[in-house]
Amino acid sequence: MDFLRPASWEEALAAKGEHPTAVPIAGGTDVMVEINFDHRRPEYLLDLNRVGDLYEWETGEDSVRLGASVPYSTIMEQLRAELPGLALASHTVASPQIRNRGGVGGNLGTASPAGDAHPALLAAGAEVEVASAARGTRMIPIDAFYTGVKRNALEPDELIRAVHVKKADGPQQYSKVGTRNAMVIAVCAFGLALHPRTRTVRTGIGSAAPTPVRAEAAEEFLNAALAEGGFWDNGKIITPSVAKQFADLCAAACNPIDDVRGTASYRRHAVGVMARRTLTWTWESYRGARRTEGAA
Amino acid sequence: MRVNFTVNGRPQEADDVWEGESLLYVLRERLGLPGSKNACEQGECGSCTVRLDGVPVCSCLVAAGQAEGRDVVTVEGLGDHARQRSCGGSDGVPLDAAKGWAAKAGTDSQAGEGVELAPIQQAFIDAGAVQCGFCTPGLLVASDELLERNPNPSDADIREALSGNLCRCTGYEKIMDAVRLAAARQSEGV
Ligand SMILES: Cc1cc2nc3c(=O)[nH]c(=O)nc-3n(C[C@H](O)[C@H](O)[C@H](O)COP(=O)(O)OP(=O)(O)OC[C@H]3O[C@@H](n4cnc5c(N)ncnc54)[C@H](O)[C@@H]3O)c2cc1C
Ligand code: FES
Ligand code: FES
Repeated sequence: MDFLRPASWEEALAAKGEHPTAVPIAGGTDVMVEINFDHRRPEYLLDLNRVGDLYEWETGEDSVRLGASVPYSTIMEQLRAELPGLALASHTVASPQIRNRGGVGGNLGTASPAGDAHPALLAAGAEVEVASAARGTRMIPIDAFYTGVKRNALEPDELIRAVHVKKADGPQQYSKVGTRNAMVIAVCAFGLALHPRTRTVRTGIGSAAPTPVRAEAAEEFLNAALAEGGFWDNGKIITPSVAKQFADLCAAACNPIDDVRGTASYRRHAVGVMARRTLTWTWESYRGARRTEGAA
Repeated sequence: MRVNFTVNGRPQEADDVWEGESLLYVLRERLGLPGSKNACEQGECGSCTVRLDGVPVCSCLVAAGQAEGRDVVTVEGLGDHARQRSCGGSDGVPLDAAKGWAAKAGTDSQAGEGVELAPIQQAFIDAGAVQCGFCTPGLLVASDELLERNPNPSDADIREALSGNLCRCTGYEKIMDAVRLAAARQSEGV
């Protein structure tokens, strides 16, 4: 095994170009488990810890360009206002020690259907900025990033530079089912974001299909129902039958399996429950914000 | 490969390190510092917790090469680290003294007598928060970092900070007592 230690982003891309089989290691919270248990013996480890760019983020007008290695603990502390859904999801990851090391780049690299960043990114709207020494930078829409169980759209010579996550323009929520609060891989998870500016709702489902997915039919139904009833303007409580239909469509978007953590039917049921709850929570805070704005 | 880094305030060099080796392995097997425990090697238990450039991490999930040039504090250096925090200035703990710490603690029922303990270590002893002791080093490092960051933690803060550390013996209540005790002593300045 060789340990490659690029000191800059350019060096990292060059190393990955030269050794496409090299396994990048950022926080190591996925990679080291595999090495410790002898599940993986890469020819090259490509250490990204010295690439400072990957630990930085910039807040633009519409989105945050989040460096691939920014740890979850920093997202929770520094980006709660801009990226509330991702900050909530980050807080549910493992433990403080893991959150101090692991980040979204590694979560995307692993592309586990259970990864907690994914539903939040899908709901908020995001693009993954990847690059190679040979072909430069390209942007992958988050909806096209997950290509199969633990598979993503990266080419062998590419690295993830950053994720461009849409800044929240309304309330966002993240909900996760597990046996306890800390150190739990999701049985299933659900992210929801209201986008009042475009009058749309977006969703993300974790651990209930081969890849993280959006519940697109549910989103379309809800967007139409909210528009039709003038809900964005009148700020009324969402009709229970609408919320129920939304929840049922979210459950129907799942394609889960039975495994040690839960059965397929439990997952489908739980996703429906989380969909209704997160819709209620976010809608309540949207209504609350409207009331305070109205009063001001 | 060779790895150069700072451990408990002193520069150290580890040779013949395998590229896939963890920082935990290097600390225990190459530097002779068995304070950090190996219980799961998968980030689940926290017994291998050390500070890496000040940040609590599972040393079993840090590749040794990633520690190159960086600063590591282990439980063996905790007393010195705490002393340095309260009075400033220290030359660090020599490797031999750090190794000796473990030996003394092993031969003496008054765990670590003759070695100045960090306040959090004393509090764990006084509160009866140590049973088999396997989880203790990780809990000490995590608790000490909490009190450095947040001198008056609520119970919820303590639970959150220690949520990555498993203990199979105590049921956690005595550990909570110990952290509360250390926080109280710290704020009284004893
Ligand atoms: C005890 C424990 C509990 C966990 N709990 C959770 C949990 O609750 N929720 C959750 O989502 N995850 C959990 N995980 C998994 C892990 O912490 C996350 O997936 C984390 O986001 C990985 O980030 P990392 O930086 O540590 O990745 P690494 O382990 O460094 O890398 C992960 C993968 O991504 C690749 N990679 C990393 N950076 C890049 C890059 N810039 N470009 C291209 N590829 C890259 C690596 O090659 C590797 O394939 C847990 C892990 C442990 C050990
Ligand atoms: S040995 Fe590192 S967390 Fe258990
Ligand atoms: S005292 Fe035995 S595991 Fe905690």
